[in-house]
Amino acid sequence: MVGLFLSGCGNLTVLDPQGPVAEQQSDLIMLSIWFMIFIVLVVFVLLTVMIVKYRDRGNNDNYDPSIEGSHKLEFVWTIIPIIIVTILSVPTVITIYNLEEAPEVAEGSVQVDPLVIHATSVNWKWIFSYPEENIETVNYVNIPVDRPVQFKLTSADSMASFWVPQLGGQKYSMSGMETELFLMANEPGTYNGRNANFTGEGFTEQRFLVNAVTDESYDSWVEEVQAEAPPLSEEEYAHLMVPGHAEEMTFSSTHLEFVNHAYDPTYALEKSAELGYEPLNPHSREGKAYEMPKLTQPIDTSRTYKVELDDE
Amino acid sequence: MRWDEFIVTGDPLILGAQISIALSSIIAIVALTYFKKWKVLWTDWITSVDHKKIGIMYIACALLMLFRGGVDAMMMRLQLTAPGMTFLNSQHYNEIFTTHGTIMIIFMAMPFLIGLMNVVVPLQIGARDVAFPFLNNLSFWTFFFGMALFNISFIIGGSPAAGWTSYFPLASNDFSPGVGQNFYALGLQLSGIGTLATGINFIVTIFKMRTKGMTLMKMPMFTWTVLITSMIIVLAFPVLTVALAMMTFDRLFGSAFFTLQGQGLDMLWANLFWIWGHPEVYIVILPAFGIFSEIISTFARKKLFGYNAMVASVVIISFLSFLVWVHHFFTMGNSAAVNSFFSITTMAISIPTGVKIFNWLFTLHKGKIRITVPMLWSLGFIPNFVIGGVTGVMLAMAAADYQYHNTYFLVSHFHYVLIAGTVFACFAGLVYWYPKMFGHRLNEKIGKWVFWIFMIGFNICFFPQYFLGLDGMPRRIYTYLESDNWFSLNAISTVGAFMMAIGFALFVYNIYYSWRYEKRDTTGDPWDGRTLEWATSSAIPPFYNFAKVPEVSERDALWDMKEKGIDPNADTNYQKIHMPSNTWLGPVMSLMMFIASFALVFSWFPLAIIGGIGIFICMIIRSFDYNDGYYVSVEEITEIENKAREA
Repeated sequence: MVGLFLSGCGNLTVLDPQGPVAEQQSDLIMLSIWFMIFIVLVVFVLLTVMIVKYRDRGNNDNYDPSIEGSHKLEFVWTIIPIIIVTILSVPTVITIYNLEEAPEVAEGSVQVDPLVIHATSVNWKWIFSYPEENIETVNYVNIPVDRPVQFKLTSADSMASFWVPQLGGQKYSMSGMETELFLMANEPGTYNGRNANFTGEGFTEQRFLVNAVTDESYDSWVEEVQAEAPPLSEEEYAHLMVPGHAEEMTFSSTHLEFVNHAYDPTYALEKSAELGYEPLNPHSREGKAYEMPKLTQPIDTSRTYKVELDDE
Repeated sequence: MRWDEFIVTGDPLILGAQISIALSSIIAIVALTYFKKWKVLWTDWITSVDHKKIGIMYIACALLMLFRGGVDAMMMRLQLTAPGMTFLNSQHYNEIFTTHGTIMIIFMAMPFLIGLMNVVVPLQIGARDVAFPFLNNLSFWTFFFGMALFNISFIIGGSPAAGWTSYFPLASNDFSPGVGQNFYALGLQLSGIGTLATGINFIVTIFKMRTKGMTLMKMPMFTWTVLITSMIIVLAFPVLTVALAMMTFDRLFGSAFFTLQGQGLDMLWANLFWIWGHPEVYIVILPAFGIFSEIISTFARKKLFGYNAMVASVVIISFLSFLVWVHHFFTMGNSAAVNSFFSITTMAISIPTGVKIFNWLFTLHKGKIRITVPMLWSLGFIPNFVIGGVTGVMLAMAAADYQYHNTYFLVSHFHYVLIAGTVFACFAGLVYWYPKMFGHRLNEKIGKWVFWIFMIGFNICFFPQYFLGLDGMPRRIYTYLESDNWFSLNAISTVGAFMMAIGFALFVYNIYYSWRYEKRDTTGDPWDGRTLEWATSSAIPPFYNFAKVPEVSERDALWDMKEKGIDPNADTNYQKIHMPSNTWLGPVMSLMMFIASFALVFSWFPLAIIGGIGIFICMIIRSFDYNDGYYVSVEEITEIENKAREA
C-alpha cells in the first residue's frame, strides 16, 4: 500500500522539482509524508485491534467499566506528538528562512546576481517586465537556467497567486503591494505557470509558460527582442488593463516607465474606464451579451468595450 | 431595475429550479390548508420556545441545505469529470462553488450542530429549557431568514461568485457587479445575529441552569464542548459582524475599506475574515468531538477515557484556534518570522487533537463494543479524521504550503476534516438522538448501508484529490486541459461524489421508512444510555423536560443511577412547573429583518427603512411585554407522565 502510494509520487508535478526551490519544498513534503504515514498506521492498527478484541460477542471476560484513564498512557500520547511537531518544526522554519534568500547556484560555479523580473497579474493575464533588459512579455516568461530569478509580484486589480509548481511554491500578487519570490530552474525546458488564487470569470485560463533556456539562447533572445519587438506605448498598455485574455506578446520597453502598480492600485480601473469598459452584472442583458476580449498583437487601439444589444 | 435583472433568466438549470420551487410551494400551501395544519404549524412550531422543537427545526433546515449544497457539489463534480466539459460555464461554476462553500459551513454544518445542541444540552444538564427561550426562538428565525435570503439569490438577482471567502478586491463592485455579493453580506449578517445570540444563550444556560449536583467537571462531554464552542462563537462572531458591515458599506454606499480606490486594504478583509473563519472551523468541529465522545462511551459501555484530559484539550484547542488564522495566507508575503510562528501554532493544534484520538481509542479498551449505526459513524470518524488531520499538519508547514496552497490538496484536507468530523458527527448524533426526538429509532439495516456507501464514496471522492493537488491542480478552476493529465483522478473523484449522494438519499429514505415501520420506543432509553437526556420519556419529551428534576452525584449520571438501582422517575410527588410562553414576536421581528435586508440587497432604501421601523416596533413591544410565562399544574403533569408510562 505504502509502496504503491510512493511509486505514484514520482510523476506528480510538485514532487518532480526542476529547480532548487521546488526541491527543498519537495524534500520537506516527503519528510512530512513519512511521519504522517507512521501516525496513520499507528492509529489504524490500534483501532483495528480495539474493535476486533473488544467487540461485544457475549464473551467479554476482560470487560472492565471501572477504567477512567491512565496518566502514564496519556503522558505518552501527549509527549510523542510534541516531539513529532518539534522535529517537523525545525526543518520547516529553516526552509521558510531559506526561501527568502536567492537559491544557491550549483557548486563550482560563481554565484551570480539574481535576474529581476516584475510579474504583474491583470484580470486575466500575466505581464512580465525585465527592467534591466528593458523588455516586456505577456503570458510567457523566458529565464536562463542555473541563475536565480527574483520575481517582484504585484497586481493591477484582483489578488492573484503566482505559481510555477515545478520551480517552486506560490506567492500572492496584490494591488498596491509588492511581494518577492525567488525561483530557479536547473534544466532547460518549458514549465506551466498559472494564477492559483481565484480571480473571477477568466481565472481558469490565467496561465503562462516559463521557458528555461541556456544562458546563450537567453542572451540572444533578449537582443532579438530589443532589436525587433515594438515598444509598448501607454495607449496600448491601457488595453491590457481591460478584463479579458491575451495572446503571448513581446515588447521592447516596459510599462514600469509609466506605471508601477505597486504604487498605483487604481491605475487599471481608471484606464479601462477610459476605454469605455464598465463592469456588468453577469445576469443582466448587457452582462450576457458581453464577450470577454482576447487581445492579439498588435493591439487594436481604436477598440472600445461598449456592449451592443441585439434586440434594442 | 428591469425585471430580467430581478429574476434570473436564461439558464435551463435555474429555470427548472424556479419551476420546482414554485410548484412545491404551491403544494405545501394547498396541503397545509387542506389538512388544516396552519394552526398547528403556528402554535406548535413557529411560535414555540421549546428548545427541542427549535432544535428539530434547525436540523430540518440543515438537512434541506445539505441537499442543496450537495446538488451544488454534484454539479461541480460533473463539470470536472473530464477535461473541457461544457456542462457549466465559468460564471455559473463560480456561483455554484461559492454557494456550496457558504451553505455547507454556515447553513448546514452550524445549524445541524446547533440543532443537536438545542435538543440535547438542556436535557443533559437537567434544565427545563434554555436560559432565554424567547431569544432562542428569535435566534432560529434570524438564522432561517438569513438562510432564505442567501438561498433565493440563485433565482432572484443572481448568486455571489467570489468564493465563500469573498476576498477583496474581487468581491467589490468593480469586479463583482450585480447583487450577488450583497446577498452574501446580508444573508450571513442576518443568520450571524442568530448564531451570536445562541452562543450567549448556551453559555448562560450551561453556567446557570445545571441541575443540583452537576458540577462543571461532572458535565457530559457534549455539554462541555458546547460550552467552549459557545465561547468561541461569542468571541469570533462579532468580528464577522463588523467585517460584513464594512463589506456592505463598501458595496452599497461606496465606502472604501477594502476596495482598490481610496486606500482600501484588501488584506484587512482577509485578516478579519479568517480571524472569524478559523475559529469557525472549531465551532463546527468541537461539538462533533462531544457527540463522538458520548456515542463511543455509550456503545463501548465504558466511561470516557481521560475525561479531564478531554476537557483540557478542548479548552486548549479553542485557545489555539484564535492564534492560527494567518496560515490561510502563508503565501501573502509575510516575513519568515511571522510564517514560522503561525506554522508552529498551527501544528501545535494537532497535539491536543491527537490526545483526544487516543483517548477515544482507549475508551474502547476493555469495553463491550456494540456496533450500532451511531457507533459505526463514530468509529468511521477516527481513521478518516486522522487522514485529514495529518494532512493538516503537512499544510501547516508554511514552506511546503507554498506548494499546496489553493490546490486540491487543501480541498481534500478540509473535506476530510469537515466531512469525517462534522458531517459524520451530524449523522451519528441525529441517529443517536433520533428516538429522543421522534420516539422511534432509525432502521439499523438501512443505516448501515448508508454508512458504508457514504463512507466509501467519501474516500473515493476525496483521496484522489490529494494527488491532484500534488500534481498542480488549483482549486476553483472550472475546467482543465487534456495535457494536464488530471482526467482519471477527477473521474474517480466524481464517482465517489455520486456514491455519497446515493448514501444521503438512502438516509432520507430511512427517515421515511422508519417513520412507517420502526417499532415505537416506550422506555425513553433505547440505547441503554449514560447521561440524563435518557432519563425522561421520548418523542419530543414533555415540554417541561423532567417532571421531577433529577439530582446528580456522578459524571455519567443516569448510568450511575441505574447501577445504584435508582429510578429517576419513581418519585411522583410533583410540583407545579414554571414555563415560558410562546412568542409571535420572534418570527415577526425576524421577518422584518428579512424585509429590511432584502430591500438593502437591491438598494431599495424606502422599503429598508420600513423594515427597520418594523424591527424597532417589535423591540418596543417586546420591552413592554410583561408576560413572564405560566405554571403547569400538578394534574397536567400527572396526566402527561402517566400517558408516557403507559405508551
